[in-house]
Amino acid sequence: MTAIPADARPTDDESVRRQLDETWRQTPGLWGWLTSVDHKSIGKRYIVTAMVFFVLGGLEAGVMRAQLARPENSVLGPDAYNQFFTMHGMTMMFLFAVPVMTAVGLYLVPLMIGARNVAFPRLNAYGYWVYLAGGLFLYISFFLNTGPDTGWFSYVPLAGPEFSPGKRVDVYAQSITFTEIAALVAAVELIVTIFKNRAPGMTLNRMPLFVWAMLVQAFMVLFAMPWVATVTQLLAMDRLVATHFFNPAEGGDALLWQHLFWFFGHPEVYIILTPGLGFVSMIVATFTRRPVYGYPAMVLSLLSVGFLSFGLWVHHMFATGLPQLGQSFFTAASMMITIPSGIQIFCWIATIWAGRPRFGVPFLFVLGFVVIFVIGGVTGVMVASVAFDQQVHDSYFVVAHFHYVLIGGAVFPLLGAFYYWFPKITGRMLSERLGRWNFWLLFVGVNLTFFPMHQLGLEGMPRRVYTYLAGTGWGPLNLLATIGAVLVVVGVLLFVINVAVSLRRGALAGDDPWGADTLEWATSSPPPPYNFAHIPVVEGRAPLWEQPGELPAVSGLRTDVRDVLVTTLLDARPDSLHRHPPPTIWPLLTAIATTILFVTLIFTPWGAVIGTPLLLLTLLGWGWPHGRDHQEQRMVEQTG
Amino acid sequence: MPLTLASTLVQQAHTSLNPASPQVRLVDQLGTAMFVTAAVVCLLVFAALLWAALRRRSGAEPVADGRQERPMKTAVLLATGVTTVILFVFLIFDVSVGRSITTNPGNDALQIRVTGHQWWWEVQYRDSLPKNWATTANEIHVPVGRPVVFELRSTDVIHSFWPPNLSPKRDQIPGNENSLWFQADSAGVYRGQCAEFCGHQHAKMAFLVVAEPADQFEGWLARQRDTAQTPTDSLARRGKDVFMAASCVMCHAISGTSAGSRIGPDLTHLASRRTLAAGTLPNTRENLTGWIVDPQAIKPGVKMPPNQLSGPELLALVAYLETLK
Amino acid sequence: MCSHYRENGGAAGQRGSAAKHLSVLLIVLALSGCKREERDFHGLPAGGTITNPKVREVPFVAGGSVPADSRPGPYEENAYAVSQGKTLYNQFNCSGCHFQGGGGIGPPLMDADWIYGSRPENIYETIAEGRPNGMPSFGRKIVPDQIWQIAAYVRSMSGLLRKDVAPGRDDAMQVRPQEQSTQKAKPVQSGIPKSAELP
Repeated sequence: MTAIPADARPTDDESVRRQLDETWRQTPGLWGWLTSVDHKSIGKRYIVTAMVFFVLGGLEAGVMRAQLARPENSVLGPDAYNQFFTMHGMTMMFLFAVPVMTAVGLYLVPLMIGARNVAFPRLNAYGYWVYLAGGLFLYISFFLNTGPDTGWFSYVPLAGPEFSPGKRVDVYAQSITFTEIAALVAAVELIVTIFKNRAPGMTLNRMPLFVWAMLVQAFMVLFAMPWVATVTQLLAMDRLVATHFFNPAEGGDALLWQHLFWFFGHPEVYIILTPGLGFVSMIVATFTRRPVYGYPAMVLSLLSVGFLSFGLWVHHMFATGLPQLGQSFFTAASMMITIPSGIQIFCWIATIWAGRPRFGVPFLFVLGFVVIFVIGGVTGVMVASVAFDQQVHDSYFVVAHFHYVLIGGAVFPLLGAFYYWFPKITGRMLSERLGRWNFWLLFVGVNLTFFPMHQLGLEGMPRRVYTYLAGTGWGPLNLLATIGAVLVVVGVLLFVINVAVSLRRGALAGDDPWGADTLEWATSSPPPPYNFAHIPVVEGRAPLWEQPGELPAVSGLRTDVRDVLVTTLLDARPDSLHRHPPPTIWPLLTAIATTILFVTLIFTPWGAVIGTPLLLLTLLGWGWPHGRDHQEQRMVEQTG
Repeated sequence: MPLTLASTLVQQAHTSLNPASPQVRLVDQLGTAMFVTAAVVCLLVFAALLWAALRRRSGAEPVADGRQERPMKTAVLLATGVTTVILFVFLIFDVSVGRSITTNPGNDALQIRVTGHQWWWEVQYRDSLPKNWATTANEIHVPVGRPVVFELRSTDVIHSFWPPNLSPKRDQIPGNENSLWFQADSAGVYRGQCAEFCGHQHAKMAFLVVAEPADQFEGWLARQRDTAQTPTDSLARRGKDVFMAASCVMCHAISGTSAGSRIGPDLTHLASRRTLAAGTLPNTRENLTGWIVDPQAIKPGVKMPPNQLSGPELLALVAYLETLK
Repeated sequence: MCSHYRENGGAAGQRGSAAKHLSVLLIVLALSGCKREERDFHGLPAGGTITNPKVREVPFVAGGSVPADSRPGPYEENAYAVSQGKTLYNQFNCSGCHFQGGGGIGPPLMDADWIYGSRPENIYETIAEGRPNGMPSFGRKIVPDQIWQIAAYVRSMSGLLRKDVAPGRDDAMQVRPQEQSTQKAKPVQSGIPKSAELP
């Protein structure tokens, strides 16, 4: 066995950090940014991109609300409105909600489990670039009048070749392919990282609840996303090469689309919700200064929600004339999923009761989450009922319901998470004062915007309408909703201002400004590229509370190469080492090749012939063995 | 454009909260029960949350020991149990309401076929004798107190038939045959709207259901079965010539004339309808004229093109259409 | 927002030319989105009479003279209009004589033979004024805007429209390949209708 030179395993802290810095550093400048394989760098840009899309989606909603403020308004004509509401749905669902949760997960999970990076750094970069390409593709098409206009759900036959001429729906189908690849990449990253890269001693039942939430979400993504990627390709094929999947005259079925889409679509909303539930657990623990009550129940609830969510999809199709007994099974399942969600809420309330709450801004957002999400949840139980849903399906009642659960269950926890982890990511605290204004404006604005919509739906106002007649009497409530929307816009604006101001002038955070219990707070803010100078060893669920002061750490790992510790799945015993790659441009090039492949496929099947060789070339470059990197080379030379 | 026969019927507010049929009444009861329960649950949860967050605590740090664990466990288990029971009760309630509103209405039911088109409703009253079929558009008459079965079809994209005062909705899916039934309990004019996004003018695809006493209904149906009267007025006669010579006949049918195209709404009894353009405009002379001149200004994207008729031709045409009662 | 596309001038070198052509293709297809996706609901106002004698291919016409449009095909690049044209083709029963392009009572429309010319304005005149040997005159029955839509669709039946503009299959039984996959049949002026040929 070759002797490792003494300076490859320094023992004093200072030289450890110096050498890790050298080993793990990102190349400086634009090239460094383009070639980065650091999950934090990728995670940050992922979050920023997703929030830009959030703002764009919100602006689209603002224009829609302006149009609907009065009957027979003329802000948007029917064609423009159809594009706007489709873009709003696609932006929020595909470009914001799932990616932002993914992004925060990719940033936080390695830190929370004591790892240096995600399991596959280059794949992580590829996933981000493909996501960015998909978003740019969709928006560039939108500005070129080729944005999709049949809704984010894009039912056939309306979205089929006969009733949606041109390339708009093809843009829809392909942009989803981009985002689904990115989501699948993130799912693979999260699952493998969580299973195999945890710090020694962090058995599965010592994992933080947020890590459990991301694990469940990743498995859901793995099982749900392929369905939407497939069904959109079936639609693309019907449109481009005259297949008959959805053509009833030739043996196809319009309902096939709905089944396949909603089989993805329902788990999708739980994919968005589950990380939010994870955020809430972390914030509740820190801000009540005690662990969340009922850890096993919480984990089992997360798992149940993930599993059950695949059995609910027909509740989107209660008006389609499916047999009633079959529909009732889905009523039962849709009601049943309330139970694990409810258990989590009860456990959080119990935790708050038993702990000593501090009313910081993240905690305010958690309180707001409970209120808004529970309102959305109970209207969810109402629409789970077939007979009631057949009245309110495709009306503004449903719009109210899902905005309550999505904003309550995802956006509020997300904002709380931003206030909570912004110090860790940037090293500075967000302003508490602006945060309170942010919270209250949003809380009031969201309720003012969406609560009237319950009544509008009951009064018969359908969804996806660019206008309505004055005689229906829907005007006043619509105006109220628009006023609420203005408050929401101001609230979001305050958040953006808070971020901008605090990045420059926020109070310095230090390692652990909140006194929290999980591993990410054991390193500096922001963390160094290598996350931890020493990989910690964990002996309980709340390592920073149970072992205050010094954490035990793994010793004997090399610091002169990008070695990452791989541990066993259940008990996290050290198992092997994994050599991570240095920064590289190939993931970006592969993403560009992927983009060329998908975009040309919209116009001609020959796109496969153009794009596939390009893609194979870039994959070849990606995977080409590099021989020894210079650090290894130096070591081999020194030891002869 | 007086509507002498049905004008005594009052237009009801378009809402599901004003039931006019036993179906909607049942669903409304279910909805109300769920709403009340939901409100109570919400208030209880919010109260628990606020109490948990704001309650007075002693200065000591919390200790995770058995003293706190037991009441927490009891509370969580109790809340979960109550939730489960409530859900189960509503499941049973829902299944039973669902069964009630879909049970077979019996052989006495009137059958009406409603076919969705982009962006209007074709309404057909069928009969064992084809000469007794009546075809109209956008306005459905039903007798009060008798079950009516709707056969729901579509020729192009998915639409959804939804008169909230009278019935929950059902989709009209090309290639599928769906149906629903309801019974109107009180006379009145009820509005419905398409409830599945179907393209540019989904927003303005409404219809009226006129529930009237059985004898009035039979009178209306008999008139709908009749062919169009030949106009006696000279202006109207000229208008009929304009209709036959211009592009109208390419899309519209008037039974009793050689205009037989089924692409657009049947105009045989246009003047008996209360609205134009699928519930978009009241059926008045001004609105009808404006609609013929430029439908795109009222319903952009609709399939009917603007028409270049001269002033006198237009006047004559409208005079003719007003005779189609 | 939709500026006119200009052809890239000059080759940049052999290594870059493939990439350049690909990007040119993509830019064309992308910018063409502007015109392809336009939904102009008000349509075209009717123009004046046809004054250009070159347009008239045959000296005699059926029916009276009708005001017609003299502009060249306004919908050659508009997928929405072509798809409307396809719907009208079936609804106005063009398919009754021409079937789905294979012809029968009337001549085929999906082949390369054009008796009266294949340019959009020729087809417009065919529909509007009618032709000898059985083509009725629709000028008083179909508004000019719709005639242009049908004319554009007819051109797509023999592959004369760009592939991203031509329609796909419709939701009916398939009796012909979709227009957007139809190979372009280079128009040939034949001049003699089939029904006028000697047996």
